[in-house]
Amino acid sequence: MATFETMTINMGPQHPSTHGVLQLVLELDGEIVVKATPHIGFLHRGVEKLAEHRTYHQVLPLTDRLDYLAPMHNNLGYVLAVEKLLGLTDAIPERAQTVRVIMAELTRIKSHLVWLACHALDIGAMTVFLYCFRERETVMDFYEKISGARMTSNYFRVGGLSADLPAGIEQEIRKFALEMPGHVETYEGLLTGNKIWQKRIMGVGVISAEDAIDLGVTGPSLRGSGVDWDLRRDQPYCGYENYDFEVAVGQDCDTWSRYHCRLKELRESCKIILQALDRLKPGPILADAPKVVLPPKKDVVNSIEGLIHHFKIISEGFKPEPGEVYVGVENPKGEVGYYLVSDGSPRPYRMKIRPASFINLQALPKMCEGSLIADVVAVIGTLDIVLGEIDR
Amino acid sequence: MSVQAAIDKLKAQFGEAVQGVSEFRGETTVVVSKEQIVAICTFLKKDLGYNFLTDLCAIDYLGQVPRFMVVYQLYNIGTHQRLRIKAAVEESDACIDTVSGVWATANWLERECYDLMGIVFNNHPDPRRILMPADWVGHPLRKDYPLQGPGREPYQGRLQ
Repeated sequence: MATFETMTINMGPQHPSTHGVLQLVLELDGEIVVKATPHIGFLHRGVEKLAEHRTYHQVLPLTDRLDYLAPMHNNLGYVLAVEKLLGLTDAIPERAQTVRVIMAELTRIKSHLVWLACHALDIGAMTVFLYCFRERETVMDFYEKISGARMTSNYFRVGGLSADLPAGIEQEIRKFALEMPGHVETYEGLLTGNKIWQKRIMGVGVISAEDAIDLGVTGPSLRGSGVDWDLRRDQPYCGYENYDFEVAVGQDCDTWSRYHCRLKELRESCKIILQALDRLKPGPILADAPKVVLPPKKDVVNSIEGLIHHFKIISEGFKPEPGEVYVGVENPKGEVGYYLVSDGSPRPYRMKIRPASFINLQALPKMCEGSLIADVVAVIGTLDIVLGEIDR
Repeated sequence: MSVQAAIDKLKAQFGEAVQGVSEFRGETTVVVSKEQIVAICTFLKKDLGYNFLTDLCAIDYLGQVPRFMVVYQLYNIGTHQRLRIKAAVEESDACIDTVSGVWATANWLERECYDLMGIVFNNHPDPRRILMPADWVGHPLRKDYPLQGPGREPYQGRLQ
């Protein structure tokens, strides 16, 4: 009797298409994937354990490096969680909220540009990669002017922002947000009508809505399967209930549908940025909470209360009440959540990060099995995973 | 159905297994006993509509009895409500039933919980380590595990 064996090959952890250090052990029957097993942990840095040994302010730079393609979103989730733990959510000034929304949406554009660039590059469309990264350079310039760093911004603080926007940046961001939809048209012109792109994308990586919800998939990967879920609308934070935007939901459950969802999100982010720029008014950028928020430098130097507060906050840190909170934000990749447990000490007793990419990656075997190896590459691209968040 | 009504139904169904309800900053936490965790989670998913398991983790309360708390963050997609369920796990009997039959998400989340905290999940379909190498000894996220790894003196900084 004829028997057949499957061939087991290893894809990664060093591989140009796995978007980081991801190892996929594929069992193949010819070119068809019978079983795909992801192995992760190559970038595990112990962020959760490190957080237990640092004060709440000191944990903030660690969060930048989780999803390093959308650093301000990680900062935002963490800062919102700490503010909720302290009970400061209503005390955050309006200007800080609006700037947070502007930066969050710029970060979404930045992250989706990387998604499109790398997804297209893996499939073979190399021009799109360079076009997307050209736009991304503009966003990185904004990051650098506003926060000081191109990638790991560490811009938000518990209680507001670390510094105000530099002069003239609003006109530049407005110009960028007005031009960006035109750039999205360019990318679509290169890809959407392209027969090769369509054949590589349509019908690939199908996951039904029930399976996606059961597996915990969130973000555009879930919306592409027809589930209307967006934390910005359903559990609004930072004043998102005041902005008018549409949630991109696709119906086809495949990579094509997710591609259109993310492109629509790029356009909607531009709309939100323009609305937020219109709402931006001068005002304070930090909440009035002297035990939590660092006082301005002139108070530190000229008054004794400023000096004492500065000293206590830097050396010891603030002490929230014992309790626990969970805050989830709509990261470009999905729902990134921070679960903070406080026991009254200046350090978090437990910080658990709910990583969107980790849970989205769980759906990879289901989306790949039965398809070709080339489709595995398309599925990794469409899930938009980033290993920093998966491994923490 | 509001969160309070859901908890009342849960208490009506499971009686003593629901050990405590608390609220902090607008979020509700229910502490349940670990023996009936699968039945409770199935009831929450099917009858009360909490069809999305957002997160599953464990907290190590070193020095307290019970030592571990396994925390389930649930979300109701229809009504946009969150709920937190906690189950206490003793150190001497550090195991709990898996809920990966209820929500498939729990598969990798429980693997991570086992890997980093050492809580065994009974009947788990794939009980392997996920983040640490397969032959690692010890559970790094426990409070008695040194931050900089075993087998070395802690780094004191530049002493000179």
